[in-house]
Amino acid sequence: MSQNTMNLKVKVWRQKNANTVGAFVTYDVASISDEMSFLEMLDILNERLITEGGDPVAFDHDCREGICGMCSLYINGKPHGPWQANTTCQLHMRAFKDGETIVIEPWRANSFPIVKDLTVDRSAFDRIIQAGGYISVNTGNAVDGNSLPIEKQNADDAFAAAMCIGCGACVAACKNSSAMLFLSAKVSHLALLPQGAPERKSRVLNMVAQMDKEGFGSCTNTGACEATCPKEISIANIARLNKEYLGASLSAE
Amino acid sequence: MLDSKIPAGKLDDKWVDYKGHCKLVNPANKRKMEVIIVGTGLAGASAAAAMGELGYKVKAFCFQDSPRRAHSIAAQGGINAAKNYQNDGDSVFRLFYDTIKGGDYRAREANVHRLAEVSANIIDQCVAQGVPFAREYGGLLSNRSFGGTQVQRTFYAAGQTGQQLLIGAYQALERQVALGNVTMHARHEMLDIVKIDGKARGIIARNLITGELEKHFGHAVLICSGGYGNVFYLSTNAMGSNVTAAWKAHKQGAYFANPCFTQIHPTCIPVSGDHQSKLTLMSESLRNDGRIWVPKNLGETRKANEIPEADRDYYLERRYPAFGNLVPRDVASRAAKERCDAGYGVGTSKQAVYLDYAAAIERYGKIEVSKQGLSNISHEAIVALGKDVVKEKYGNLFDMYAKITGENPYEVPMRIYPAVHYTMGGLWVDYELQTTVPGLYALGEANFSDHGANRLGASALMQGLADGYFVAPYTVGNNLADEIYNAAIPTTHPAFEEAAKKVADRIASLKNINGKQSAESFHKRLGKIIWNECGMSRNATGLKQAIADVQALRKEFWSDVRIPGEINEYNPELDKANRVADFIELGELMCIDALTREESCGGHFREEYQTPEGEALRDDENFMFVSAWENKGDHDWTLHKEELKYDVIKPSQRNYK
Repeated sequence: MSQNTMNLKVKVWRQKNANTVGAFVTYDVASISDEMSFLEMLDILNERLITEGGDPVAFDHDCREGICGMCSLYINGKPHGPWQANTTCQLHMRAFKDGETIVIEPWRANSFPIVKDLTVDRSAFDRIIQAGGYISVNTGNAVDGNSLPIEKQNADDAFAAAMCIGCGACVAACKNSSAMLFLSAKVSHLALLPQGAPERKSRVLNMVAQMDKEGFGSCTNTGACEATCPKEISIANIARLNKEYLGASLSAE
Repeated sequence: MLDSKIPAGKLDDKWVDYKGHCKLVNPANKRKMEVIIVGTGLAGASAAAAMGELGYKVKAFCFQDSPRRAHSIAAQGGINAAKNYQNDGDSVFRLFYDTIKGGDYRAREANVHRLAEVSANIIDQCVAQGVPFAREYGGLLSNRSFGGTQVQRTFYAAGQTGQQLLIGAYQALERQVALGNVTMHARHEMLDIVKIDGKARGIIARNLITGELEKHFGHAVLICSGGYGNVFYLSTNAMGSNVTAAWKAHKQGAYFANPCFTQIHPTCIPVSGDHQSKLTLMSESLRNDGRIWVPKNLGETRKANEIPEADRDYYLERRYPAFGNLVPRDVASRAAKERCDAGYGVGTSKQAVYLDYAAAIERYGKIEVSKQGLSNISHEAIVALGKDVVKEKYGNLFDMYAKITGENPYEVPMRIYPAVHYTMGGLWVDYELQTTVPGLYALGEANFSDHGANRLGASALMQGLADGYFVAPYTVGNNLADEIYNAAIPTTHPAFEEAAKKVADRIASLKNINGKQSAESFHKRLGKIIWNECGMSRNATGLKQAIADVQALRKEFWSDVRIPGEINEYNPELDKANRVADFIELGELMCIDALTREESCGGHFREEYQTPEGEALRDDENFMFVSAWENKGDHDWTLHKEELKYDVIKPSQRNYK
């Protein structure tokens, strides 16, 4: 593999905490290999800032293999950067050209308050799950795994929805800061499986109520969420969510 | 001598008898008992959910922003269970046998048998929670094979099995949060165990957002904080995975067992340069269908696709015809290293071997042709059909490879090399998963108990969930039954104050060093020392040097680390420095353990002890024991041994030929 190196500028959002005003700061980063990941480029910037006695840029990250959902970042105006179906941690510097200026911002949504710099608080997602994103089955209650065959198509569709990593890119991409794609992925995952049937109605009603309470906006079907979702969660899940919600609202007492 | 408290009786009956006779806590008393759980991966989340369901007051802690992020989420391939759905001869005994053999006869029979027994319940529980396992067209669960076994017992959800299982456990956990049985403390790091009258009675945790130190009481404390693979800096672990919680437990009296037993996974994407921050695993499931090879000729310059069959060395198939590409991980890793060290490696670094899917793509293509009743099909069309099948099975892994390397693995063979992946060693626990500190337990990868010197693929998920859902709720309950007369101790107790002060002092002294080098740079240097001398192969000279080097590094760290920012704020660099300090101490113990174990077994390969064919040479006469280390002070450990008795299985040299 041939390695190319480049010199770049990064324009990063710096904000001490939720109560202070933030601003962009531009840094030069030199000798960046195109084989590096995007976060490794930020590591190099931070290493330099620390050595120089500065304050390193705070950003969330953990698994660095695209599955934990911890990394975020709005890169050049797109959540998780320019690549399709990708998380920031899997974005590599091949995506950029020598001399380029890269703009890096945090997720911007009222329901995701800033912790510091590029780190935001996404605990609203956990509270939406608490409102009903589960099947109530205590440990030890289960019957044999093969006692209930599930049509392969339904199982596959449920899996496709369950692939959501809870990163919040859908909210960040949406002009309304709507969490409908996230919510619909969970509702679909559980509604498509027979195990999820008993709580189907209360689940969708309670989860939507919690989403509203958290202050996420409404869905106006722009499709920005689907276009940026690193796991390519389909917007068809939102249609299913609407159907579930309508059905539950009409038949609930 | 260590008492592992293994119940009497026949191996098959031990767990049943234990459950039948262990003490219980009545529901009204459960509501008064507080349980602290540190870590929310498969072990921690499942334990928190299960204990919450039982009615205990649970407090769970994780350093990530949500319990759903724990690194169990990254497990790809699958989870084993002795269901025998495939009618291919699987049974509880075989899963037990394979695990003991795979662990190179350094695991405890009773624990492993229990693991095999509860394996089937795990699948049932997960299906009931809505985990979308892969299914056949008939609607039933699908299985695949994994290394070190000859049956198909691995359940999976594409290449995201860990994610799906963790989301299942996370949802069960969040349900208990909603019901008020579990209080979740995300972005918190445990920084010490509080002991009162010799028992674990709580923890000191740092709120990572505010930097505040918090005191939390628990009648019992469960460490479910995962493994310590990040001691190597480069590993397949998440960036935040750390040994801190387990290490604090160790410093408070919990013995640390077999620290040198670390697993180097054979199929990872090779290192590309000094900037590298982590390594990415390519699931072992790829060895089901892929063939591993290197060129036969030294100095081969042709591209992989241009090298004809006759000039390829499928070295695993050559050396191990019975298991071929599906030999256990330690064997496959060493074989790759052997070829690369001999000069046959590929890629620019020459530290890689090929994992080739061409044969599998063609085979699957032909199956599709006959399935669909097609005739007169061109080779290209067969390959196209085959690619679709491979895409469905392994698509996400292939995509990941393409993103990282910029190469298309459907067209050219992948380049892979071994990387640190899992740690079999961990806190020493007895049959009840209790450490040597009463009231302090360790579950999942954080303990040492089930995988001996080498873990088989798809067994980590199984163990995490077994411990959390099906073992701890009984064994912790058995001990909590004696605690019902003890009311919760207020955190104003002097023991809490002292522990909090100790933690605060340590943080202050770290911060006040005000040196020149970042915590990250020390971590990288530590990783290099440990990888070079205590990695895939080890020898006495190297290990002695490594111990001296790690000691010197520790000194340098404590005199020159620089932590920017303040103590009482969100400060990831401070978190990192705290963790690196612990990794350095652990690194020394790992090398000491590797030095004193004068044999080769599983992932621990001492160059001085090998067979003429270069296979690991075990020494059962002198080393059939668990090394459990007691910390006595700085650089000072005492070795305690737990003899391993094999009543059912007769240890033999592992043979995968």
